[in-house]
Amino acid sequence: MTALRITPLFAFGSRRSLHMIERNLLVYRHGWLMLLSGFFEPLFYLLSIGFGLGKLVGDVNGPGGQLISYTLFVAPALLAASSMNGAISESTFNFFFKLNYDKTFASILTTPMSPADIALGELGWALMRGALYTVGFIAVMFVLGLVRSPLIFLTLPGALLIGFAFAAVGMAATSFMRSWQDFDLIQLVILPMFLFSGTFFPLDAMPDAVRLLIQLTPLYHGVELLRELSLGVVGPDILVHVGYLAAMGLLGFTVVAGRLDKLLLK
Amino acid sequence: MSEQRVAGTAPLIQARGLTKRFGTFTAVDAVDFDVQPGEAFGFLGPNGAGKTSTMRMIGCTSPISDGTLLVLGMDPRTEGAKIRGRLGVVPQQDTLDNELTVRENLIIYGRYFGFSRPECARRADELLEFVQLTDRGKDLVEPLSGGMKRRLTIARSLINEPDLMLLDEPTTGLDPQARHLVWDRLYRLKQRGVTLVLTTHYMDEAEQLCDRLVVMDKAKIVAEGSPRQLIERYSTREVAEFRFPAGVQETLDGQFEGLGSRIEKLPDRVLAYADDGEAVVIAARERGLHPETVLVRRSTLEDVFLRLTGRSLIE
Ligand SMILES: Nc1ncnc2c1ncn2[C@@H]1O[C@H](COP(=O)(O)OP(=O)(O)O)[C@@H](O)[C@H]1O
Ligand SMILES: [Mg+2]
Repeated sequence: MTALRITPLFAFGSRRSLHMIERNLLVYRHGWLMLLSGFFEPLFYLLSIGFGLGKLVGDVNGPGGQLISYTLFVAPALLAASSMNGAISESTFNFFFKLNYDKTFASILTTPMSPADIALGELGWALMRGALYTVGFIAVMFVLGLVRSPLIFLTLPGALLIGFAFAAVGMAATSFMRSWQDFDLIQLVILPMFLFSGTFFPLDAMPDAVRLLIQLTPLYHGVELLRELSLGVVGPDILVHVGYLAAMGLLGFTVVAGRLDKLLLK
Repeated sequence: MSEQRVAGTAPLIQARGLTKRFGTFTAVDAVDFDVQPGEAFGFLGPNGAGKTSTMRMIGCTSPISDGTLLVLGMDPRTEGAKIRGRLGVVPQQDTLDNELTVRENLIIYGRYFGFSRPECARRADELLEFVQLTDRGKDLVEPLSGGMKRRLTIARSLINEPDLMLLDEPTTGLDPQARHLVWDRLYRLKQRGVTLVLTTHYMDEAEQLCDRLVVMDKAKIVAEGSPRQLIERYSTREVAEFRFPAGVQETLDGQFEGLGSRIEKLPDRVLAYADDGEAVVIAARERGLHPETVLVRRSTLEDVFLRLTGRSLIE
């Protein structure tokens, strides 16, 4: 028990949360086509921006300063951004619907399952889907000749870490939401991050002040993490990226843990 | 009811001063009741009386605000998961999983309780048989009729072979035929010795199913007993109902005094309570009253409720 108390994540919820994942697997057995949308999103971005725009842009500065093709530069960033987007849509819109309108959670709560089990299970499911998309994306990069280093495989846990961080914070934010209007605020935060976190162009192009500001946001760390791993150019700053995202996820989770009982057990 | 209390059997539910507040509003106001093993216990009361709030506290999905509550000898505040593991819950609103088939609904629900997959599949097939839905097993839930959904919810609540079933308005909104099908299944459960706790605002349902019940009104319990005891205590054996042509009833003030032991004037009819209803009808004719229709019937729980609260159960 003492070991459990150290990390809020594991003290929160139980093995029963796996039944949540089992439920979602059952659901997707009926409509597995829905699973595919998350796979095509980053792929379409890669084809249009990476290859389309890349022709016009030429080479850019990658991590460590060497010149790389724009497609190589943008591919891992698109993976990071889609990990963020997937986690956010699952943990905000979908989670809000399930919390407030769907009766599935209510029925599950009449069994030994707890709100924590439900939350942990939903998070686990979101990450499993994220893993599936990431593997698909890496395979496409491989086919398109965008793989430069065996470290590319570490982008899988990297993308999952991004998913975890954003899903946990997304759920925490959603637990405070009162109406659908509040979701506009989330888009207001997510969209600029998507566009400016060094996703589509190197930060050297930015004034110092703006660059510093961007370096404080989570997607920047996600993009840098995946870019370094996919190109195999890893420096000590990777610890900062990993630490930032892990701390963000754990913090988000602690907040949800404290609020879910209140929300679901009235 | 006291004769049912065999020495040494603790009540399955014990509530003392049980209270539920939502903000400053009190939905359940310091109620006391016991439910004994094997009995069918009812909460009878109109909408808003606090029945669902009480059921949800017993079901450990709503924390109690005050008082004490023991379910299966355990405290919902600390042993909620353990208690829920032994309950079968049929909520007021169906909460079936619309994204799954009928059979999958049962199987995954059993999995939430931690039973193995083969065990869940076995029980699901057995329960589909029990609620007569075997041929719908592969269908999605949405196209099912209201009665079928209700039966499926009952089957779902039985997947863990519960010691105690909580049924919140099991037949509200169902047509008579569907109601009888549900009642029939509940009877069978009762015969097997499953303890049933149910809420209803139908007096016929309470009379049919409950060994013992409490009448709830405005967050409080106002009476307790078996249906027969309640009728004996708060009503007469028979009731004579008089209906008059429109506008006439208002002109007859005072003319009913002394007919039977008690008179209730409803907007559309006058009720005279007496052990011999026919005698009251004859007495009324002798007084020169000319009702459009007369009906003599036995007292029901509806009359008990009217006596206790001055209102009808279903407004
Ligand atoms: N979650 C809630 N928040 C605020 N008020 C509630 C809530 N649930 C029930 N109530 C109120 O409590 C009272 C009792 O409701 P309920 O227990 O559902 O009664 P019943 O089941 O007998 O119809 C009603 O006035 C209802 O509006
Ligand atoms: Mg109710």
